[in-house]
Amino acid sequence: MPHPRRFRAFLKSNDRGDITDMTSVPLHYYLVVSAALFAIGLAGALTRRNAIIALIGIELMLNAANLNFIAFWRYSPKAEAVTGVMFVLFSIGIAAAEAAVGLALIIAIYRHYRTTNLDEISSMKG
Amino acid sequence: MEVVFFIITVLTLAGAIAAMSLRHLVHCALCLAVAFGGLAAFYLQLNAQFIGFAQILVYIGAVAVLIVFAILLTRGIESAPQPLFSSAWPVGLGVALLVFGSLVFAIQSSSVAQQQAAPSAQATIRTIGSQLMTNFVLPLELIALLLTAALIGAVIIAMQEPSAKSTPMKDHAASAPIPSVPEEQR
Amino acid sequence: MVEAIDQIFVIAKHWVVGQFPAAWQSFVSVLLSIVPILMVFPLLFAVTTIVERKALGRIQNRFGPNRVGPWGLLQPVADGLKMLTKEDIIPRPADRIVHFLAPVALIVPSLLALSVIPYGRNMVPIDLDAGLLFFFAVGAGTELAVFMAGWSSRNKYSLLGAMRAIAQMVSYEIPLILAAVSVVMLVGSLSTVGIVEAQGERYGWLLKWHLFTPWGLAGFVLFMIAAAAESNRAPFDIPEGESEIIAGYLVEYSGFKFALFFLGEYLGLFAISGLAITLFLGGWHAPFSFLEWIPSYVWFFGKLSALVLLFIWLRGTLPRLRIDQLMNLAWKFMLPMSLINIVVAAVWHYTADWQFTGALICRWLLCGILFGAPYVWLGSALMGENKFAKRTYRFAD
Repeated sequence: MPHPRRFRAFLKSNDRGDITDMTSVPLHYYLVVSAALFAIGLAGALTRRNAIIALIGIELMLNAANLNFIAFWRYSPKAEAVTGVMFVLFSIGIAAAEAAVGLALIIAIYRHYRTTNLDEISSMKG
Repeated sequence: MEVVFFIITVLTLAGAIAAMSLRHLVHCALCLAVAFGGLAAFYLQLNAQFIGFAQILVYIGAVAVLIVFAILLTRGIESAPQPLFSSAWPVGLGVALLVFGSLVFAIQSSSVAQQQAAPSAQATIRTIGSQLMTNFVLPLELIALLLTAALIGAVIIAMQEPSAKSTPMKDHAASAPIPSVPEEQR
Repeated sequence: MVEAIDQIFVIAKHWVVGQFPAAWQSFVSVLLSIVPILMVFPLLFAVTTIVERKALGRIQNRFGPNRVGPWGLLQPVADGLKMLTKEDIIPRPADRIVHFLAPVALIVPSLLALSVIPYGRNMVPIDLDAGLLFFFAVGAGTELAVFMAGWSSRNKYSLLGAMRAIAQMVSYEIPLILAAVSVVMLVGSLSTVGIVEAQGERYGWLLKWHLFTPWGLAGFVLFMIAAAAESNRAPFDIPEGESEIIAGYLVEYSGFKFALFFLGEYLGLFAISGLAITLFLGGWHAPFSFLEWIPSYVWFFGKLSALVLLFIWLRGTLPRLRIDQLMNLAWKFMLPMSLINIVVAAVWHYTADWQFTGALICRWLLCGILFGAPYVWLGSALMGENKFAKRTYRFAD
């Protein structure tokens, strides 16, 4: 029967490191994924007619930027300064506020025009 | 470990593309949740545990739910099936492709981006917490202010105007979920 | 000897892992953490259903199931067979893919949430640095699953039920998290293991459970109310109120998918009870130091059954709230009280170095007043308009 203390160390070694380092994937992979995500969001925001989908596109673009921040933080030589992580944390908070206000605006517009089609909500008069 | 990376990439990008191109809005929102989940997985792979979980909590737990609510509240009297994309869609698509092309070109030609090995960076909760209370205390307070303002603003914008003629049923549902999101971030 | 019994599962796992070649060991270790969860909790679910039906029967002055097996104890087996053999009906206009995915999307977060709870000394499936945040993050995933179920059924009752459920879950998540924040603040850790270990110190023979502090007591009550609402238990079960909207988002589900929803709901209940134990009831610690010879996992599962019984008791005795009462309770009462509780926790922390005699009583009094005064004020302000008339009783002659 193994000694419990030794066993505890064993457990720690096994369970702690489950989230593995991905050192084999170079940084530019992440950057390309992020660029693709940004482009998808941009394309959606520019081409779809529905206001909510446009908002979703904007959220995707914001998330693409967040991914960039985290990737650069992870691969930076000065990772002890957690600036990238902090930036994303604040960006997530702002995105939540943005989504709430944006959707409230869409609902208000819908009440007025009875539509969420962006092509029809183009007049500047109420 | 590259396999994991590619699986997450496919999941995220497929979710994003589906969210931007499906016909039914609720399907779009659900696919968006998949894309957000993929991004959270990316963060976990990049050793940013806290951010990954915050991403799930905020985006899947709050933003996706909020979008779903907004979709249901603005359904109503849609006229006959309209074209999905606006009339100027080739321009939008072209702009997006141009942006993607130039970004990829910039990444490929940069020397910084070719880094292979990463130092074992870890953002422990303790570090994040102490940084939030020292170096980043001003942004933290500003975020709190912003969220409060957004909370009040969202309620006021979505609140029924006294003379508006929409049904009271919808407004009751609208006023309940919307304030909750900023509140949750505290 | 005591330690060997306490660690018996840990030692067994270690031994089994040791039998495999080195390349397999981490995989086997993960598997041995997952499989017990997948076995123990569905079993506990089966036991809970029969206990719940029996207890509700007793509360309502009837017998409860008593036909299958001795005292009706095999009822869950019969129920399970019935569920498995029933036809799986999908409404014709339903969105088939989403309709199929919804039960899966509900059950996966519940199982994931169970993975960060410490079940005993050294018995936590995965010790995450941000374990508590993980718990709340995966818990947030269930909201979308509930929406998927309600929306994809194309039934107005299920959509209404889903909307009610989401509004309720989003509202009660805030007091739930804020009640947990007071613990996080005083322990200084988001790791569930760290929180349990912090409750292992002693005053004399009494252990330092958070329940034995004023903020912990108040936080525990707030947490349990919010937990009942989060897991859609009575008296907060309006999303599936049978008498109002027939079963909410579950209307169009039958057969095995319905069983999965049922299972998911109970797994969520176990998970949130486990978290309450971890945060306030000392995790796997014994309450008194002279009871520490009882193995840690026995303590954990004992507390878990006590909390589940408490939920059953509440379900049997309290009437269901209306939706506006529910929302008022969340936003006008629970939210301010949980914010005040954080302040009380801070006061408790900063008066910890009072040394004079009777300091403990003074601290209790101070914290009690700090929490009690707003409670009385808020309570009377919210109840102000509808004073209950004097109750009169009429008995059958």
